[in-house]
Amino acid sequence: MENIIEVSNLRKKFSKVLAVNDIDFNVKKGELFGFLGPNGAGKSTTIQMLCTLLKPSGGQALVNGYNIVDNSDKVRKSIGLVFQESTLDENLTAYENLKYHANFYGVPKQKAKSRINEVLEMVQLQNRKKNIVGTFSGGMKRRLEIARGLLHYPKVLFLDEPTIGLDPQTRNKIWEFIQNLKKEENITIFLTTHYMDEAEYCDRIAIIDHGEIIASDYPKKLKSNLGGDIIKTKIENKKKAKEEIESKYKVEVREYKGYLTFEHENGEEFIPEFVNHFKENIKSITMQKPTLDEVFLNLTGRELRDEEASATDKMKNKMRKGGTK
Amino acid sequence: MAHELRAIYTLWIREIKRFARQKSRIMGMVIQPLIFLFFIGKGMSSSLPMTGNMDYLKFVYPGIIGMALLMPSIGSGISLVMDREFGFLKEILVAPVSRTSISIGKALGGGTVSLIGGIIVLFLASFVGISLSLLIIIKLLLFMGLTTFTMTSFGILLAIPMESTEGFQTIMTVLAMPMFFLSGAFFPLEGVPGWINILMRINPMAYAVDGLRNIMYRGTEMITMTNFNLSFDIGVIAVFGFVITMLAVIAFNIKE
Repeated sequence: MENIIEVSNLRKKFSKVLAVNDIDFNVKKGELFGFLGPNGAGKSTTIQMLCTLLKPSGGQALVNGYNIVDNSDKVRKSIGLVFQESTLDENLTAYENLKYHANFYGVPKQKAKSRINEVLEMVQLQNRKKNIVGTFSGGMKRRLEIARGLLHYPKVLFLDEPTIGLDPQTRNKIWEFIQNLKKEENITIFLTTHYMDEAEYCDRIAIIDHGEIIASDYPKKLKSNLGGDIIKTKIENKKKAKEEIESKYKVEVREYKGYLTFEHENGEEFIPEFVNHFKENIKSITMQKPTLDEVFLNLTGRELRDEEASATDKMKNKMRKGGTK
Repeated sequence: MAHELRAIYTLWIREIKRFARQKSRIMGMVIQPLIFLFFIGKGMSSSLPMTGNMDYLKFVYPGIIGMALLMPSIGSGISLVMDREFGFLKEILVAPVSRTSISIGKALGGGTVSLIGGIIVLFLASFVGISLSLLIIIKLLLFMGLTTFTMTSFGILLAIPMESTEGFQTIMTVLAMPMFFLSGAFFPLEGVPGWINILMRINPMAYAVDGLRNIMYRGTEMITMTNFNLSFDIGVIAVFGFVITMLAVIAFNIKE
């Protein structure tokens, strides 16, 4: 499959802070690609460079075959963009917001009309098209922005934290739209998120921390690199069982609160075999799939959640000082 | 090119739609000049008797039109600051539209809205006792259009480095009020101390008010109240407008 985004040695330095440090990655056509990392890791800076809103300090990137610096107008025509914060005109109706967008992007007039209805249908806002956007809920606004981002038939849709500040129910709904979109529009989606559970929906993810990509692969693969599923069992004659498991499966077994835990690949298929071997001795057994939280913890030695509060404060201070161009 | 024009048109119509939906702005536009015209105009005219057919209300009326044009024009810079604050500016900035078209579209939109304010005051001509022929009205509208576009560009230029609406409002009061009071709208250029006279001469609004008097009072006694001839007024405003628009376009390209 060909690449629609190619990034090599991309870097961005703000006066003293190196926000993005020589990153390399590719996004394949039609992929749902997730950029995952704590706040302040460099996700938004990267997205803004790819969308031509920020000039890189070094390296280069191609979007839809166009260089983001030399061919910024062509890049802009190829992409749709949904920002973290709302960029709708709240004094206009949903329809007007979309119509003006079509004008800015040069969508032919006749085509624009049917396309507006089409995207409104897609995000289920057809019946609200004549309402002033100021009266919309947060989730509706986000949906309208996604619809607007799609209006001019972009090749790549950029979503910067598409679910930030939304309640869990609305988040699920937004994800439903994003996944439908991929099926119906045959579009490449590039999104950033700091929610590990959301990254699971992506075809492929890159984990970014302190401006550097520390891992990039399929979510499944990243998790399987951890050494497999976590098996937790209560078993009779612990001591003997522990020795037996360790020698038989070549794993390290930990004892914790009366349970034995260890990691093993392909837990689903392993459990029947394990049960077959130890039979009646087993009192209970559970299996847990590793999540991306564990992947992040393993790569950085920190939990993603610990980072959030402090990083958000840092970011806010930066924005207050320097503005957000 | 056609695409850029469509973008300019879109930015223009957006300003007008937004204006039409803000009832309080429309009310303000109607009430403010009325207050100036009737309270200050009437009050001053009774305490400052003028000779012959000269009438203070007639003297001040073109100045009130000037004010009706100036305040919303400079004030429309605020819509740029608000677009930045509320995020819509990003939507325009990331679109395949040149920065030049964005600043021109903004200036045209804000200028048109301010022109509406001037036209509202123009309706009051007969209350002041002035009859305007169709030709004069057309000339007035063209001149008013030039003035509002110039002053809106000025407002946008001021708004470009501004990060908050509060900051812009301060600038506006500090700048727009003296521009209005030193425009010759309330008192003539003659007879003021030299330094005020200099300030009035470098104030583009003085030429706007003078131009309005020139057009309105051609062939009447009131024409003696003008300081320059009309082509000079037009020239000054056009040059000022051109320079300011260029500066606004350049500043916008640098900032964004």
